[in-house]
Amino acid sequence: MDSTTAIAIASIVTAGLTIGIGCLAPALGEGKAVSTALTSLAQQPDASATITRTLFVGLAMIESLAIYSFVVSMILIFANPFWKFVIAHAGVK
Amino acid sequence: MNLTSDQWIFWQHGFFKLNETIVTTWGIMLLMVVGAMLVTRNLSTGGKISRWQSALEIIVTTMQGQIKEVGLPEPRKYLSFLGTLFVFVAICALCTVIPGYKPPTGSLSTTTALALSVFIAVPLFGIKEQGFGGYLKTYTQPTLIMLPFNIISELSRTLALAVRLFGNMMSGVMIVGILLTITPFLFPIVMTVLGLLTGMVQAYIFTILAGVYIAAATQIPKRNATKQPASKPNS
Repeated sequence: MDSTTAIAIASIVTAGLTIGIGCLAPALGEGKAVSTALTSLAQQPDASATITRTLFVGLAMIESLAIYSFVVSMILIFANPFWKFVIAHAGVK
Repeated sequence: MNLTSDQWIFWQHGFFKLNETIVTTWGIMLLMVVGAMLVTRNLSTGGKISRWQSALEIIVTTMQGQIKEVGLPEPRKYLSFLGTLFVFVAICALCTVIPGYKPPTGSLSTTTALALSVFIAVPLFGIKEQGFGGYLKTYTQPTLIMLPFNIISELSRTLALAVRLFGNMMSGVMIVGILLTITPFLFPIVMTVLGLLTGMVQAYIFTILAGVYIAAATQIPKRNATKQPASKPNS
């Protein structure tokens, strides 16, 4: 197996693993956050404005973790620096 | 497939490149400025106001209320900065309904510029409000041990602001692009609608986070005084 194939395999597998595992934990976290917010909304409908705003900001914080893994997997697939290096290197030879 | 809209270059002269992102940003700036000028051309304080003035008033009052709720008691001071951020990011997201349009916020350079402006504006507002020494003192809150962590959080939250907006907008464009090749007609439209919603939420969150950071930098910390309305989230 030459280095091109090795890099391709590693990139694709890692991209899938990154987005798969990287979405798992934020999904659990967001589910917990939303369920807690719904409980407190049901208990205190008067505080809905504060709860909703804090929920949105918190969700954005959690979601940015999933977004990070998405960006990393996109970079691995579409803008992989190692892949570009190998291709450029092969082109020179 | 292009990851960002930076790669499509219209015109290039040496170091200076005119790519799609810049052109779209200029277009949106033109749209915003001309639109605002047209709406504010004949404002009235009477009982009968025009439709557009009413829309603009709704936007301004809602933003003032939101900024006040974040913990800034005088929203007028910060409305020009935070409001511009919100309106720009929101219009960037809303224009996705135009075919062939790629949001400039889907490029890391635009979002980095926006995040850097927040990064610079927070100390400026803080110094204006509390003086230079008073602002520097907020870095040693609650204890001096927290000084390096406060500096790290200052940098990391700027990175987080930039990457969050970039990732969200870029993922919307990319999902629609991928779906167009798999299920051509109906499903991409649904995802575009979802992308509109995500874009508005991201605009709101970007503004609110910038407001929270400014609130954390401008408020003089008082022990056992009136309760602080907003805590300082670090990410």
